[in-house]
Amino acid sequence: SYFIFFSFQQRIEIHKLRQGDNLILGFSIGGGIDQDPAQNPFSEDKTDKGIYVTRVTEGGPAEVAGLQIGDKIMQVNGWDMTMVTHDQARKRLTKRNEEVVRLLVTRQSLQKAVQQSMMS
Amino acid sequence: MSAAMDTESTYSGYSHYSGHSKKAHRQGRDRHKSPRSKDGSRSEKSVTIQTPPAEPLLGNDASRAEEGQDDNWGETTTAITGTSEHSISQEDIARISKDLEDSVGLDCKRYLGLTVAAVLGLLVFLTPIAFILLPQILWRDDLEPCGTVCEGLFISVAFKLLILLIGTWALFFRQPKADIPRVFVFRALLLVLIFLFVFSYWLFYGVRILDSKDTNYQGIVQYAVSLVDALLFIHYLAIVLLELRQLQPMFTVKVVRSTDGESRYYSLGHLSIQRAALVVLENYYKDFTVYNPALLTASKSRAAKHMAGLKVYNVDGPGNNASGQSRAMIAAAARRRDSSHNELYYEEADHERRVKKRRARLVVAVEEAFTHIKRLQAEEQQKAPGEMMDPREAAQAIFPSMARALQKYLRTTRQQQYHSMESILQHLSFCITNNMTPKAFLERYLNPGPTLQYDRDRWFSKQWTLVSEEAVTSGLQDGIVFVLKCLDFSLVVNVKKIPFIKLSEEFIDPKSHKFVLRLQSETSV
Repeated sequence: SYFIFFSFQQRIEIHKLRQGDNLILGFSIGGGIDQDPAQNPFSEDKTDKGIYVTRVTEGGPAEVAGLQIGDKIMQVNGWDMTMVTHDQARKRLTKRNEEVVRLLVTRQSLQKAVQQSMMS
Repeated sequence: MSAAMDTESTYSGYSHYSGHSKKAHRQGRDRHKSPRSKDGSRSEKSVTIQTPPAEPLLGNDASRAEEGQDDNWGETTTAITGTSEHSISQEDIARISKDLEDSVGLDCKRYLGLTVAAVLGLLVFLTPIAFILLPQILWRDDLEPCGTVCEGLFISVAFKLLILLIGTWALFFRQPKADIPRVFVFRALLLVLIFLFVFSYWLFYGVRILDSKDTNYQGIVQYAVSLVDALLFIHYLAIVLLELRQLQPMFTVKVVRSTDGESRYYSLGHLSIQRAALVVLENYYKDFTVYNPALLTASKSRAAKHMAGLKVYNVDGPGNNASGQSRAMIAAAARRRDSSHNELYYEEADHERRVKKRRARLVVAVEEAFTHIKRLQAEEQQKAPGEMMDPREAAQAIFPSMARALQKYLRTTRQQQYHSMESILQHLSFCITNNMTPKAFLERYLNPGPTLQYDRDRWFSKQWTLVSEEAVTSGLQDGIVFVLKCLDFSLVVNVKKIPFIKLSEEFIDPKSHKFVLRLQSETSV
């Protein structure tokens, strides 16, 4: 059998959780056009300066919504996230007047060949 | 001298020494020292034991059969190699005859060249003076009177001749430091040029001035001045051709000694092969460590052992297939699983350890010996006149305490032939005089030094032959190989041209050095 390495897009809707005075989403981001793309462990292309999910807290809103570590965030509520600085990305995710954020993420996935799964 | 010897005998503890026997014995040994030292590694050694009068602490070396008996050393052994005391080996005969015939032939050639050059030089120097004086002598009355300009020219001629004299002395009158096989091409060319030049001037002078008795004295003096000017220019040409052209380095030569592979690199300019050989030899004496035949015996015995264990039997009948036999032997030797590499490894490790141990003992002994001596200051010298010693006596006083350790070390490193007791004592008194530390004293013995450091008898390399496929007066080219042979070893010289270097420049503005941080932040949202 062999593996197919491909990426697909997914829409994820996260409902923010209120903790005291803050609304948290439950994950961490890395990357940005002002950062060093070579040190991003999740990107396939080491010149990719996009925003990536680097950690997902257990039981948090992001995990519940289906966000996974290593996802690349393409859009947040319609705002493009592929060409933003790290700080701009953080601001777009943590707007105080939004309770729900809709993310468009790209995920890479390994899948065993269809042939093999058919035979098993 | 004998008093000093007696002092030494009480200090050393070798109490059976006596001054007289030591001296007589040393003379007897020196007589057949040189042939024996050459033969030491080759002929059979026989050891005879003679009764007491013993010997100098050092020098009884190459003839010992085993190295392991170091402790018995300074006792009563004398060794005689060969069958008679007056034996001379075949090589020595060859060497003596070679010395004789070479010295006669080359000296003649050298002196001939020198006399020709000297005669020519004298002639050339006197020519302008002759040009000026001859009209005065021969037809004085007809000459026009010499005006101011003419007299000014006299001064100019005088000073130019003086400058020419000094320049020629500086450039040419140097002690020849070597005998070379062929004539220097440039020098010969210059001599021929000068000769032709002066000859043509004389010809012109003879025909146009002497015969016709020219009365224009100023013209004659100006003619002489022009000769001197032209000679100065030839002198300039000589400087450029003989000295300046060779200064800029164009070639790198690699010199490898054939017996142990020691190699050095030198930079040379445009020289002829024979002059390059001279430069290499001059540097050989100061850069290469001294040639020590005692160090080569180990590899020779290993090589002998490789082939010794195999014998070839010819079972197919008579027929002398020599090359087939040797090839079979080589193949068999290669296939044989011998452990000689193991032996070499352990032997070398062992030797290293032994050398280091002996070296440590030696350093300690010398340091301790040096603490027994103190230099007296000027004021103190008047106070205790009885105990004062001069450096030689001081050296003899402290020498016995370090003699044994030094002797053992020299034998382990196989240098004992290069240092006699007299030379060690001299070096010791030299070090004491110049306030040297024990380490400075030992520097000469711990590592083998360049050939110049040792006594001339030990050099093994005084007569050299240049072996070359190209003519020795041709210039150096890339890829030339020539060999400098002496009786015991040879130096292989490989010439390489210095590569043509393309150098370009790049300007960096000092303000252009800017840096930025490599960021990688992670923010939780």
